[in-house]
Amino acid sequence: MIKKIFKLLLLLFFFNLISYSFVKADNSKVDEISKNLRCLICQGQSVYDSNSDFALSVKTLISQKLDAGNSEDDIYNFLKSKYGDWIVYEPEINKYTLLLWLMPLFLFIFGGLLIVKKLFINRT
Amino acid sequence: MRIKFSYIFVFLITAFILLIFFKSLFEDKSYVPKKINNKIENISIEEFYSGNNLMLKELINDEKYIIINIWASWCIPCRQEHQYLKNISKITDFKMIGLNYKDKKENAEKFLEELGNPYDVILRDKNGTKSIFFGAFGVPETFIIDSELNIVRKYIGPLNLENQVEIEKLLK
Repeated sequence: MIKKIFKLLLLLFFFNLISYSFVKADNSKVDEISKNLRCLICQGQSVYDSNSDFALSVKTLISQKLDAGNSEDDIYNFLKSKYGDWIVYEPEINKYTLLLWLMPLFLFIFGGLLIVKKLFINRT
Repeated sequence: MRIKFSYIFVFLITAFILLIFFKSLFEDKSYVPKKINNKIENISIEEFYSGNNLMLKELINDEKYIIINIWASWCIPCRQEHQYLKNISKITDFKMIGLNYKDKKENAEKFLEELGNPYDVILRDKNGTKSIFFGAFGVPETFIIDSELNIVRKYIGPLNLENQVEIEKLLK
């Protein structure tokens, strides 16, 4: 009798473990996407971090869209079409964001050239 | 005195950054995206009383415009704007649709009993996902939509007298 109960408990334990890993895998995709999205009504929080009504709705929508077979890019594109590029943390390169992308590179090269000039060219 | 090119360059960069900071001090901080898709998909939304799903296009008959107002009984600014919604609803030839947002049905019914019902149709957005199709941030928000489901006007926050006059002009 005890053996039977033990076997049943063991079975339940493994079933629970398997179902938990499936749920976790599903949620991790929602988490992954929501970490790349800005909560538009919060101060400096991602959709993943926030518990605002807006963020909770977006998380539910991501989950629904994943269940419906939408890809990660489909979800980003859908949200960008509704809220603009601001909703994603990494804006795509276009004529509006070109300065944003190139400025750090430009400053890095300029700074590097200044250092090279200071260290090597001025010595000679 | 020979001014080095690098100094001029550093000065110009610093001035440019300071100019951006200075300019942004006086700008409106509320974010409204400019590059958005103003067309809403023909989605299905649950009808408040019957629980049946309705397609958005089904709600438009011969009307040139419909108004969709997102509201909730727990939302205080929704109470403020309710009077303006009732005033607008007196205009004929358009449909006013209320989208009840993340609300308990009994509370929403009490809210309408208490303040009056300006809506021709009431829909329910139980988990807030339908509002995302409108590009809404929360409650209250009001959208004027044409027969092709394009957003013509969008009001974030409670409506006021100025908005009421503007909407009346557009609908008449």
